Amino acid sequence: MSRDLASVPAGAGPTGPSAVALTPARIIAIAIAGLALVCVPYLLPNYYVSIATQVLIFAVLAMSIDILAGYTGRTPLGHGAIFGTATYVTIYWSTTLGGSPWTGMLIGVAAATTVAAIFALLAIRTSGVYFLLLTLALGMIVWGVCLRWTSVTGGENGIRGSVRPMFIATHSAFYYLVLAAVAAITFVMWRFVNSPFGLTLRGIKDSESRMRSLGYNVPLHLFIAFTVSGFFAGIAGAIYAMFNSFVSPSTVALTQSVAGLLMAITGGIGTLFGSFVGAAAIISLENFVSSYTERWLSILGLMFVLIMVFAPEGIVGRIRMILARSKG
Amino acid sequence: MGALNAFQILNGLTFAGLLFIVASGFTLIFGLLRIVNLAHGALYLSGGYVGYTVASLTGSFIAGIFGAMVVIAIIGFVLDQGLLRFVRGYELRQVLLTLGVAFILNDMALVIWGGDTFTVPVPEFLRGAVNLGGIFYPKYRLFVLALGIAVFILLWLLLNRTRLGALIRAGVDDAETVAAMGINIRLIFMITFMLGAALAGLGGTVGGAFLTLYPSADSEILVFSLAVVIIGGRGSLVGAAIGALMVGMLNSVGQVMFPELAYFVIFGPMALILAFRPLGLFGRAA
Repeated sequence: MSRDLASVPAGAGPTGPSAVALTPARIIAIAIAGLALVCVPYLLPNYYVSIATQVLIFAVLAMSIDILAGYTGRTPLGHGAIFGTATYVTIYWSTTLGGSPWTGMLIGVAAATTVAAIFALLAIRTSGVYFLLLTLALGMIVWGVCLRWTSVTGGENGIRGSVRPMFIATHSAFYYLVLAAVAAITFVMWRFVNSPFGLTLRGIKDSESRMRSLGYNVPLHLFIAFTVSGFFAGIAGAIYAMFNSFVSPSTVALTQSVAGLLMAITGGIGTLFGSFVGAAAIISLENFVSSYTERWLSILGLMFVLIMVFAPEGIVGRIRMILARSKG
Repeated sequence: MGALNAFQILNGLTFAGLLFIVASGFTLIFGLLRIVNLAHGALYLSGGYVGYTVASLTGSFIAGIFGAMVVIAIIGFVLDQGLLRFVRGYELRQVLLTLGVAFILNDMALVIWGGDTFTVPVPEFLRGAVNLGGIFYPKYRLFVLALGIAVFILLWLLLNRTRLGALIRAGVDDAETVAAMGINIRLIFMITFMLGAALAGLGGTVGGAFLTLYPSADSEILVFSLAVVIIGGRGSLVGAAIGALMVGMLNSVGQVMFPELAYFVIFGPMALILAFRPLGLFGRAA
């Protein structure tokens, strides 16, 4: 159903055997990217280190969305709510209840995974537009609860409280911790989508009926994929709690799900690592635009419209297509 | 307790009247054009603001309603002919495009009308309360319920008793065959889209008089509309009516029993229906 979104150009697609193989060129590219990321605090002022931290966190959210959109062919619009559930629980636990932030993060991720499992139970029987619609409605219910349940969530005012322990109080120390965590998470996600299980997911995306007749339990695979995806979104949300030290309904709002999806699409659906490019592009744009105008929402909306009309395969996919065309 | 219950039931019914007006436009567009128009909430809110402005300037509630319906139908026309035509046939791209449009519309509404709360002025004869066998109930809310029923009857007649309605129903079932029979299906699509948008504008003005208008009102009404359509099924008028009644009543009961978690209460039945009928009560596979 979602093949209109996930048209990754030939040769770069996840279907080729090259997707799994670590060619020397790829190892060099990853090494250079890693080195550049490690050098960020030495080269850039604190403000940009903070933006880079945000990019890393949202890249995890975008990748978690990509697991569903790119590998099962089901585009979710409720991941902002799953992400934000972890943020809410982490901050609530460490601020209102006065518990340890690390325990808070664990409980936050567990809560997000539970929410994802409930979403999954309801949504996996549908596909295409219905799947989108359902995850959207479910996510918005979480938003509505956060907005109205004032005694716990603080309503529109949200909850404020510094969650970050002293030893990672500086921008660069926190950045390195996040970078290490994100590197580990990215590796696990990469292994996940390239595992036999991940290949089965791609099979389901290409043809559900074929996989069913081959004897695969399609609903179970989708349920696990959704829950795992929500687990990763929850990790991103828990780290975001430490990053932001503040949570309000806008953290679980549709805007968050949309921004995450836009990052995944910009980076190219089904490319996983593209999410880093997408997150960097959208967050840089947000910061750039915000310094000139308050109309960030309009710009986000306009980007969505333009990408849907002109480059549904994403910016990265588009560039690849243009490169491929010019080569031959 | 009895009086309170009757009051709550009326609250639920009148809210259902508004929900039906808004969700019927949504389900019409979804059913015929296969477009999940996520800008519907934004159209509702913009319609409310336009209705408020026109009603305040002219002093006429009716003028406000017509002003909102015309302006929102025009926005719908621009959205359909100006943007959606580029992504026809791609379901997900259409949905995500309307989402982008929703963001733009909301942000523009924030620029024009600011973040204040507005209430659409109601004409004199709809103000105050009416005595219904011992309980005093706001006249205006009863008017909304009556309007919801009127819209249902009119839409039913339009769909079942006119040539246009027959073409729309045929288009829901098989748009290609309709086009092959020499009917300009694009025109039918456009009319339906404008009609659906106009209903959102009507809902915004009518709803803006008792739910008030504020920047996140669009998301709230969109959740309710989505719930109505998910329960009722794509493109079904009767489904939308039943869905609106269910969601309206549940919301009303939820607000009494769990004031802070009212949103959550509509979730239960939605989940239950989906477990047995993933496409909704009256939904059919495409």
